[in-house]
Amino acid sequence: MAAIEVTALHKRYPDGTVAVEHVDLSIGDGELFVMLGPSGCGKTTTLRAVAGLERQTAGDIRIGATLVNDLPPAGRDIAMVFQFYALYPHLRTRDNLAFPLRAEGLPKAEVRERVDEAARLMRLGPLLDRRPRRLSGGEQQRVALARALVRRPQAFLMDEPLTNLDAELRADMRTEIKHLQGELGTTMVYVTHDQVEAMSLGHRIAILNKGRVEQIGTPLEVYDRPASLFCAAFIGSPPMNLIDVEVADGRLRGKGGLDLTPPPGLPRDRDLVAGVRPEALEVTAPGADRSIPARVVSAEWLGDEIIYVVDHGGRRDVRVRMAPTVRFATDTRVGLRHTGAVPAVYDVRTEQLVA
Amino acid sequence: MAVSVNEAVPAGPVRDRTPPARRVAGGRGRSVLEVVLLAVLAVVMLFPVLWMIETSIKENRDVYAVPAKFIDFQVTLAHYRDVFVAPGGGRSALSVAFLNSVLVAGVSTVLATLLGVPAAWAYSRFTLKAKKDQLFFILSTRFMPPVVVVIPIFLMYRTAGLIDTPLGLILIYTAFNLPFTIWMMKGFVDEVPPEYEEAAMLDGHTRLQAFRKYTLPLLVPGIAATAVFALIFSWNEFVFAVFLTSSDSVRTAPPAIAGLIGGTTVDWGLVAASSVVFALPVLLFAYLVRKHLVAGVTLGAVRR
Repeated sequence: MAAIEVTALHKRYPDGTVAVEHVDLSIGDGELFVMLGPSGCGKTTTLRAVAGLERQTAGDIRIGATLVNDLPPAGRDIAMVFQFYALYPHLRTRDNLAFPLRAEGLPKAEVRERVDEAARLMRLGPLLDRRPRRLSGGEQQRVALARALVRRPQAFLMDEPLTNLDAELRADMRTEIKHLQGELGTTMVYVTHDQVEAMSLGHRIAILNKGRVEQIGTPLEVYDRPASLFCAAFIGSPPMNLIDVEVADGRLRGKGGLDLTPPPGLPRDRDLVAGVRPEALEVTAPGADRSIPARVVSAEWLGDEIIYVVDHGGRRDVRVRMAPTVRFATDTRVGLRHTGAVPAVYDVRTEQLVA
Repeated sequence: MAVSVNEAVPAGPVRDRTPPARRVAGGRGRSVLEVVLLAVLAVVMLFPVLWMIETSIKENRDVYAVPAKFIDFQVTLAHYRDVFVAPGGGRSALSVAFLNSVLVAGVSTVLATLLGVPAAWAYSRFTLKAKKDQLFFILSTRFMPPVVVVIPIFLMYRTAGLIDTPLGLILIYTAFNLPFTIWMMKGFVDEVPPEYEEAAMLDGHTRLQAFRKYTLPLLVPGIAATAVFALIFSWNEFVFAVFLTSSDSVRTAPPAIAGLIGGTTVDWGLVAASSVVFALPVLLFAYLVRKHLVAGVTLGAVRR
């Protein structure tokens, strides 16, 4: 087990594409660290650089106390699980698990013991004598996880390991991975483009965009105060409402008149946007206290909640998350008010959080 | 080379096309027509082969008989003996030519495979500067027909002392097969997920070990298909062989067989027999790897 330190990582491919512009990460020992971002943001390249599968153009990578820049993947004592499971097709589950241990040259008895232990942890008993093609996707992924486990590496690197599974199985495996990581206490770096996965798994999340880190924080920090407009739009489903605001009479006022409590220390001379979560707004009967007149544009009835799209006279319609019991028909006149805490406010030009 | 690819392709599709047509409701008339057309086509295509085989086992007087004898002729293997044994005993010039063909085609195929497979792997796996341009350049060496380049190559070879040597033929055939091998094998390597190698590298292997132990075994069908095509090219090649070799001891089979025709009389029995002997190895080899050949021809149709 070890901490992982990535300093000023930069990766440019020979054909000129820059995959990673500048990334600094400090991943704690025993931490489940998630790198989240859209495709092409550099998260997988960063992970592959940590694994040693790509050589970075510049920057340092440390695993534990060792500078691993020039170590081959085999010398870094890490295990990686791929999106495509990469089980050796000609080997049975048992041999797939034993493989990395045999490559290390461990004695037979210990190999068997460790394989059995990993099989028990991942509940692979009945699958041990099958070949990969006779396993389902979920089973293959469990075997791939077990193969990462047997090595008892310093860190696990997971490259979108659940993407190829169907939704239900993905939720199960998510729980399983989280549980496993907690039990083993091994450092894990987990790459995903799925924000639900990131929120539910990570101790901390790094949001990457265009080869740079936009924000690093706990899931709640990232959710409550996205550091940039990109993060605001990326985390949460539906995402944050971005409402153009200006400061007036010590209050934040949207174009349609929506009234928000301003955070302290707002700059005066800039165009501002407030980020308001859908659950921090409320659709009310027209004319309710502190509400502004609005109109329901559409409603998504999701069963456990209703997402209202509401026109409040601002530049963009806002989305409001309501309990399923509060029902308004489309096109009715309603009221809209802010009920949440102080919103996050962004500078329109720099797209960064200002207060 | 292009000719060999075309030879290999029709066999499958033609056969595959018939069953769905039969399933068409009320398509009996159509299917009869199809069968007749295919039968005619088959006769046209196969008659020369059949005639070659017949001629190779006929006595000389039956070969020239008018009207031609299809069935009632005396069977003899004398022509086949003449292919291998010289009239005065000992090894015939043709048999030497066959051995030369085996040597030249075999070695050039092995060389092209040994060089081409790793190159294809590298082109598939690594990001390189101007990779597409490099690949296009490699392919472009095949744009010109051999006849166009044979004179410059002849002059180069004369200077280098490679005229009339097996090495000369081996080198030129390797050079001609290499682009094809690289392109075809790159397709196969692309089909093998790189994660196998990456997992093996994390498991303690070097990149080359990972390639050898994990990717290479998965490439065997592709290598077999590619090698057969390369072998067929080298085995059938005529232009370079006729220009770059002259002595009986170095000449390969195609120019040697062609050399039998001409002069005042032509021993058609011998021509036919040597043609049969010449066709057999390639047929046999293609038959042995037919499964892989189909995999090679339908390249890209297989999803991982």
